[in-house]
Amino acid sequence: MNDEPKKPDLATLAKKAEARELNFFYGAKQALNKITLPIYDKRVTALIGPSGCGKSTFLRCFNRMHDLYPGTRYEGEIRLQPDDVNLLSREVDPIEVRMRLAMVFQKPNPFPKSIFENVAYGLRIRGEKRRTVLMDRVEQALKDAALWNEVKDRLDELATTLSGGQQQRLCIARALACDPELLLFDEPTSALDPIATASIEELIHELREKVTILIVTHNMQQAARVSDFTAYMYLGDLVEFGWTDDVFFRPQKKQTEDYITGRFG
Amino acid sequence: MTVALELRQTIARAKRRDVAFVALGIAALLFAACTFVALFLDMVSDGAARLNGDFFTQFASRRAERAGILAAWVGSFAVMIVTALFAVPLGVSAGIYLEEYAPRNRMTALIEININNLAGVPSIVYGLLALGLFVHTFGLGASVLTAGLTLALLILPVVIVATREAIRSVPGAIREAAYALGATRWQMVQHHVLPYSMPGILTGVIIGLSRAIGETAPIVTIGAVSFIAFLPPPPISTEFPFLNADWLASPFTAMPIQIFSWTSRPEEAFQANASAAALVLVVMTLLMNAIAIWLRYRLRRNLNW
Repeated sequence: MNDEPKKPDLATLAKKAEARELNFFYGAKQALNKITLPIYDKRVTALIGPSGCGKSTFLRCFNRMHDLYPGTRYEGEIRLQPDDVNLLSREVDPIEVRMRLAMVFQKPNPFPKSIFENVAYGLRIRGEKRRTVLMDRVEQALKDAALWNEVKDRLDELATTLSGGQQQRLCIARALACDPELLLFDEPTSALDPIATASIEELIHELREKVTILIVTHNMQQAARVSDFTAYMYLGDLVEFGWTDDVFFRPQKKQTEDYITGRFG
Repeated sequence: MTVALELRQTIARAKRRDVAFVALGIAALLFAACTFVALFLDMVSDGAARLNGDFFTQFASRRAERAGILAAWVGSFAVMIVTALFAVPLGVSAGIYLEEYAPRNRMTALIEININNLAGVPSIVYGLLALGLFVHTFGLGASVLTAGLTLALLILPVVIVATREAIRSVPGAIREAAYALGATRWQMVQHHVLPYSMPGILTGVIIGLSRAIGETAPIVTIGAVSFIAFLPPPPISTEFPFLNADWLASPFTAMPIQIFSWTSRPEEAFQANASAAALVLVVMTLLMNAIAIWLRYRLRRNLNW
C-alpha cells in the first residue's frame, strides 16, 4: 500500500481474465447484475462487500461451480487470457475450466486421505502416474504453500490430523500442484484463528509472484493487507473497482466510503 | 420468601415427573432386554447339550441323537453368498445413482417412495414372487440360486437405503474440493464418495444379510426341502476351469427350515435339536452384527471431517 509512486498505468497492465456484463441467476432470482471486472495478471484482486452481496457467487462463476447445482444460469462472459476463451461458454467443458483454475474454500476441506495423496490428487486425475514426478510436484507445491518443513516427515499421515491452519495451507498446496492459471480464494481465513490467518495472508502475498489471485474476503483489513486491487460489491452490483489504496483512501462512491469506514455493512 | 417456596415446589413437581419418565424408560428397556435374555437362556438350557462337533458335521436323521445341521448351515452359507453377490452390486449401484446422478424430479421421488415401501413388504410376498418368476418362469427350481436371488430382492431396499444414507453423510465440501480440482462425477464417486461411505455401506449390507439368514417364509415358499442328506457340489474343483457353478442349481436346506422342521416333530429329543440349531442361528446373527459394528468402528476412525 505504500508503493504509490510505482503504481503503473492500468492500460499497460496485462489482464489474466475479464468478466464482461456477467449476469447470474439462481432460478428466477438474479444474483449478479452486469458485472464487468478485469483481473490483472500476477496481481491479487480482492472482492469485498457485505454478506449476500454476491462476491462468492461471482467467484464461483470462474470455475463453473454453479454447474453442479440445478437451476443456475449464466449470461455474459468471463474471458480467460492469453487464449481469450469464454469460460462460461456452453461449448467449454466445466471440467476443463476447473483443471485450468484452482479454488481454495472457506473451510479447510482436505480429503480424509494422506497428506501426499491430497496434494497429488489433482495430478492423478490429470493422468500422472510416475511416482518420481508426483513426488517432485508434491514437494514443490508443499514448499510453495509454506508447509513442507512441517509435514515432510509425515507425508503418509492423514491430512485430517493437521491443525486448521495447516489444513488450509494443504488445500492451497493441493490447488498449486496443478499449476493453475488463476487461483480463487473463497474467504480462506474465515474459519481460522488470527495466527493461522496471518500465515495464510503472508502466503498469498508471496504467491502473487507466481499466480494471479482472486480472493473473496469479508475482512476489509485483510483486503487492504493482501490485495493490489479491490472490488466493492453490493446486492449483486459492482459498485467500485480500483487500486486497493484508492478504494480504501479515495473512494469515488459515497456507498463505498460508508462501507469502508464502517458506517454500514 | 413465599415466592422462592412456590418456585421450589414447582421445580420439585417437575423433577418428580422427570424421575417418573426415567423409571418408565428403564422398565421398558428391561422388559425388552429380559425377554431376549430369557429366550436365549431357555434355548441354551434346552439345546446346549446337543452342541458338539458332530452336531455341525452330521446330516439330518430320523434319530434325533444322530441328527446334525451340516446341510442346513452349509445351505445357509451358500445362499448368503449368492444373496450378497447379487444384492451388494445392485443395491450399491442403485444407491449411488439415486444419490449422485438422478435428477431431482417426480420420477425420482416416486422411485424413492417405492424403495422405502419395498422394505416394508412382507417377506412371504417375495417368496410368492420368486415362486412365480424364478422357479416357474425361469425354471431355476428350488435351488441355492433361487433362494439367493429371492433373499437378494428382499434385502435390496435395505442395502439401497443404507448406501444412500452413507453417501449422504459425505460432506458437500469434500465433493466440491474434488470437483474444483477437475474431477468428473465418476472420479468423485470412485475416489471419494465410495471409500468414505464404505463403513456405512458395509454395515447396511451385513444388517441386511443378518436379516436374510433368518428368513423362513420366502424359502419355504419356493420349496426348499427340509430333509436332505447331501451337500451342494463344491464351488472349486481340481480340474480345469477349477470353478464349478453346479452348486447354484443344487437343492438345499437352510437353518430356519431345519429348525422349523424339528420343532414340528413331537419327540422331545428333536425339540432339543431345534433349540440347539436356533442357538447357532442366533449366535450367527449376533456375530454378523458384531462384525458390522467392528467394521464401522475400524473404518470410521480415519474419517473425521
